[in-house]
Amino acid sequence: MNNFIDYKLIELGQWAVGLFNDYPVVQILVHLLLATLPLALAFMAAFGFSTWLERKGLARIQNRPGPNRVGIFGLLQPLADGIKMLLKEDIVPDRSDKLFHLLAPVMLMVPAFIAIGFLPLGDGLMSLPLDSAILFFFAVGSLNTIAVFMAGWSSRNKYSLLGGMRAVAQMISYEIPLVLSAVTVIMIAGSLSAQEIVASQQIESWLASGNLVKEFFGQILGWHIFKPWGFAGFIFFFVAALAEANRSPFDLPEADSEIIAGHLTEYSGFKYAIFFMAEYISAFAISGIAVTLFLGGWSGPVIAGLPWFIIKIFSLFAVMIWIRGTLPRLRVDQLMGYAWKFLLPLAILNIFVAGFYYFSEQQFGGLTTFIGGWIIGFAILQTAAKGLSRLNKSPTINGKRVYQLVE
Amino acid sequence: MSLIAKGILQGMAITAKNFIQSYYKKERLPTVQYPEEKSTVNQFTRNIPFLVYDGEDAIDGMRCTACKLCEKACPPQCIYIIKDTDENGKPIKRPEVFDIDSSVCMSCQLCVEVCPFESIRMDSEFELSNENRFEGLLINRDELLKSNEYYHEIHPIEAQDTDDRIAAKIAEAEAKKKAREEKARLAAEAKKADAVMKNAKVAAVTEALAAKAPAAEQIQESEAKTGVIKPEAAALGTTEKSATKAPPPEPVSKDDQASTPQTKESKAPGEDSEPKIF
Repeated sequence: MNNFIDYKLIELGQWAVGLFNDYPVVQILVHLLLATLPLALAFMAAFGFSTWLERKGLARIQNRPGPNRVGIFGLLQPLADGIKMLLKEDIVPDRSDKLFHLLAPVMLMVPAFIAIGFLPLGDGLMSLPLDSAILFFFAVGSLNTIAVFMAGWSSRNKYSLLGGMRAVAQMISYEIPLVLSAVTVIMIAGSLSAQEIVASQQIESWLASGNLVKEFFGQILGWHIFKPWGFAGFIFFFVAALAEANRSPFDLPEADSEIIAGHLTEYSGFKYAIFFMAEYISAFAISGIAVTLFLGGWSGPVIAGLPWFIIKIFSLFAVMIWIRGTLPRLRVDQLMGYAWKFLLPLAILNIFVAGFYYFSEQQFGGLTTFIGGWIIGFAILQTAAKGLSRLNKSPTINGKRVYQLVE
Repeated sequence: MSLIAKGILQGMAITAKNFIQSYYKKERLPTVQYPEEKSTVNQFTRNIPFLVYDGEDAIDGMRCTACKLCEKACPPQCIYIIKDTDENGKPIKRPEVFDIDSSVCMSCQLCVEVCPFESIRMDSEFELSNENRFEGLLINRDELLKSNEYYHEIHPIEAQDTDDRIAAKIAEAEAKKKAREEKARLAAEAKKADAVMKNAKVAAVTEALAAKAPAAEQIQESEAKTGVIKPEAAALGTTEKSATKAPPPEPVSKDDQASTPQTKESKAPGEDSEPKIF
């Protein structure tokens, strides 16, 4: 009953590859194609659907209907947008660095597509089942930064350059809380492989028992988000993921209402569409890794496997849209202060809390650790958070202002 | 800021409430899907003018008499009027051509303010798009004519005020006419008594002079009387057809006109200028 969709898909793939048993070279090519092409196409379709979802979701939050003219409920709107982008004139500034101007969108898109290969979509459904998948994911994700900088530099526009520098600063400063909050999971799971991490979130003893209720909860309660270090880690990871993907409230480089679009200023038409697509697909990839690390990957109550992974990824994307509709944008100094002075100390503290939880689990057993660990761990993290925010506050000016540089 | 950011979660709760309520509450989705749905326009809005007509037939019932006051009052001069003539070439009080260039009209409502016949009013119609930039926006008389019932639909308070004003004017005119009739009747009776006395005196004097003066003086007097009578009888004839008062008896009227030619002539064009409905 469980995982049967995954098994069916694997059987389908094996049958398709088995058709070419007589031609080994072709078989290798078909194998490669089957490992990559469906994933790429599925995520591009998901990108199209997610633009529609974002526009309708934001619109309803803002008391308006959103696009509803093109096709029923506006479902053909992404198609219309795609056609428009293709038909636009491709303007390249005259004195720009033409090679890098062309390469920057490509360099942004390729890591996004590589990163989605590391996602464990189901039981045995992985494009790149590496032993150090998570490490590779973060390594590939860092290439986004170079691409943004290439875009800002090659446009030969001082505002583009400033916007690009700000985007690069934002991305590299939020890499550290991102990786540090993933480190806790890696420590507890004991492996960098995505399959192992998903397996560590399923309570094996409960799943093996014949009890249906235990099987139901065994798929859910093992998720890392239900542990204090996992809960805090998920929050830090999600916030840092929003900043990595340049999404609201961290979208200062490329916001809709900014007059200059930062590193995207000099891009028009298809290249802009590629930037857009790469940003959305990397948002999907990062939420996929968040699902893997903290939300149990593909495990779920009744039918474990691919459907639950899809549900979880779209729920996280919906939360991203929700946050975009709620929060105002952060100023660039507030943004950097938040990363370095708040998230980084808390992420380091989270590692200690995870270690404390792990060893007390070995010492005192499951349930005591659950209750005690939650209380103590949450208390530590909450105190630290409040203390840090108090430390980071700029001093309030009471009474008469004193101007230091005025005689 | 704490680990669980309470303020952010409260904000997210509000936006979620907005999202969900936009599906079943009207005030959470106030968008009007134009052009399938149209929101109603306030009754005090104005865009371009239109001409009001009473009754069923537009041409017969229109209130405009082509007095050209609106044409003169219009600041950008967007109204163009040509007075109508009947078959014989005599002018009638109706415009044959009444063009308004709606691309020029600035909705200042000065034409409405100066119209003495309550005939031009402002319309709230705003969907005037046309493929032709020049001829398409020039609106002619037949398109401008709209019924009084339409006026009541779009601007009920204004239309009611206009109707009340028209009714008041009619009542005032009726009262004035009655007063004038009374006065005329009294004057006629006084003159009659006067004339009888005068005739008696004249008869007596002429009898006395009949022995001395020739009969030619009487003939001259009667000729003078008949010479004065004819044009005034014609004028009185037309006014008696259009006005609805009972004509005074013939011999008395002729004598009155002979003795008081000035007042009657001043009255005849005065009666002539009474408009048709008042």
